[in-house]
Amino acid sequence: MADEHIQILEFEKPLAELKKKIEELKVYAREKNLNVDAEVKPLEERAGKMRDEIYKNLNSWQIVQIMRHVKRPKTLDYVALMIDDFQELHGDRSFADDKAMVGGIGKIDGISVMIIGLQKGKDTKENLMRNFGMSQPEGYRKALRLMKYAEKFNMPVLTFIDTSGAYPGIEGEERGVAEAIARNLMEMSRLKVPIIVSVIGEGGSGGALGVGVGDRVLMLKYATYSVISFEGCATILWKDATKAAEAARILKPTAKDLFELKVIDEIIDEPLEGAHKDYEYTANNLKTAIVKYLKVLVKIPLNRLLEERYKKFRNMGIYERVEQQAQTAKEEADNA
Amino acid sequence: MAAWFHRPKYTIVRKTTERSETKIPEGMWVKCEKCDSILLKKELDDNLSVCPKCGLHSRITAKKRIEILTDEGSFVPMFEDVRSVDFLGFPQYKEKLESSIKKTNMTDSVLAGTAKINSMDIALAVTDFFFMGGSLGSAMGERITALIELAIRENLPVIIISASGGGARMHEGIMSLMQMAKISAGLGKLADKGLPFVSVMTDPTGGGVTASFAMLGDLNIAEPEAFIMFAGPRVIEGTIKQKLPAGFQRAEFLQEHGMIDYIVVRKDMKNAIHQSLSTMLNKEKYAGRA
Repeated sequence: MADEHIQILEFEKPLAELKKKIEELKVYAREKNLNVDAEVKPLEERAGKMRDEIYKNLNSWQIVQIMRHVKRPKTLDYVALMIDDFQELHGDRSFADDKAMVGGIGKIDGISVMIIGLQKGKDTKENLMRNFGMSQPEGYRKALRLMKYAEKFNMPVLTFIDTSGAYPGIEGEERGVAEAIARNLMEMSRLKVPIIVSVIGEGGSGGALGVGVGDRVLMLKYATYSVISFEGCATILWKDATKAAEAARILKPTAKDLFELKVIDEIIDEPLEGAHKDYEYTANNLKTAIVKYLKVLVKIPLNRLLEERYKKFRNMGIYERVEQQAQTAKEEADNA
Repeated sequence: MAAWFHRPKYTIVRKTTERSETKIPEGMWVKCEKCDSILLKKELDDNLSVCPKCGLHSRITAKKRIEILTDEGSFVPMFEDVRSVDFLGFPQYKEKLESSIKKTNMTDSVLAGTAKINSMDIALAVTDFFFMGGSLGSAMGERITALIELAIRENLPVIIISASGGGARMHEGIMSLMQMAKISAGLGKLADKGLPFVSVMTDPTGGGVTASFAMLGDLNIAEPEAFIMFAGPRVIEGTIKQKLPAGFQRAEFLQEHGMIDYIVVRKDMKNAIHQSLSTMLNKEKYAGRA
């Protein structure tokens, strides 16, 4: 079974064991030429039920584990499945080509687009090359160069987010990673072409947001998006990184959470057990949604498009307004 | 009082805070964190909390900052009705907000409003490190964005002074991250209008604050030795397993690497900003294509 080579997540283990037993029973029956259909059927039904139960009630931490699955599709997997005539474009024209941030031109459903995405590796070798998907300043500057390029040739921009964050190192500070991210936030808020952002895996803080401002923000069902890593948050709160599961619950980082908070526009469906089980299915869903929004966005006059994009982010935030009068009264009471 | 004359020669490694608490009469004397000079508190206050011996710029409150930077009585606070809410049920957030409000007598980590510097009208926001590290949450995001929109309507230059070590306020989860985009979008509009934005980075400025509005100034200004960063030094050390070089992430380091236009001492800040803005907004300048 090919599945055996795939990482089995902690919460999937009971199900995996049951499946293995059913498989063993079948093999045994085949060898001995026995008919075990009557025995197998209830077991398979039980497995099916178990599977539905597990995936119907996933908690935040289980979703984080699916998001971190080693076989989860990456930006270039989606590009391969969604984009025609893709040509990768390299470099920020200033310092280097950041391989954690990929970009290029291509067509989606016949529409020419610029693709920009954070790229993790599939294995250790590729991860070393991709710096584990953690971009340096030149990655964000490459992204900005390609966005300006898209603006010049009137091509909508599709960005893909999958990173634990910008790389925290000496060089990043020297070359101004904060400036590079900040610049992108400002420029993306007023770029004169439509931008569709897709959070496909890990949305890690400022490093994710650095290519995350757009007219529509889509998010895969098992992707996460958070202001801080769950381990980092647990370390700050309880001085204990192993309490990351609790931090993941509190931070509300799942697609469902973000949809409820109105930070994203649509949740893109994945196979029940995660995108790694069926790349094509996931890519098709994502492509359908992107094309749907693109066709709407390209018809909106530019001024309105920019005004709506501004309002979208301008209206984000949860705060209360304290009546000034009540406030003054309270202050007086406090002073008395 | 005289005990420190008789300190044994070789026992130097002690926590400075403990020492100052035990040896110095409270309220009257303070010790400089950098050069260990014992200073009269009044002397330090009169010198704008800058050590007269070594020039260390100590952290000051937003209120004090406004006093130093603006014409007397000119600051009109705004958007004070916008308050933080614990919408995630985040551990300790409510308590932290309440204790910060008590401690600082502010309603959130930023003061925003209009003011004058040397009679020039400006829109001003000042973040306060003593209110939850000056962290960026929804309230700060809304106050600053509303201020930028006011500046656009009323044709005012915007000055934001950062004293925000923590960056985005994790107690508000993803919403605090989105405030970076919100304020940066506001600054984009300000730029489209051709209005200047001055960012002043003071000790400390970090994380999501650095990676949004603090780095977007037409003028990026800093105080000497201010600690300015994206990632915290411990995070970097933990990642690269190396000691960090001396002076790393200090204002001078950032200027050396091209991130800051100039560094100016506290007492000269007001005149420096006024002079730069006057030059930028000078009506007699080259008319260009207009």
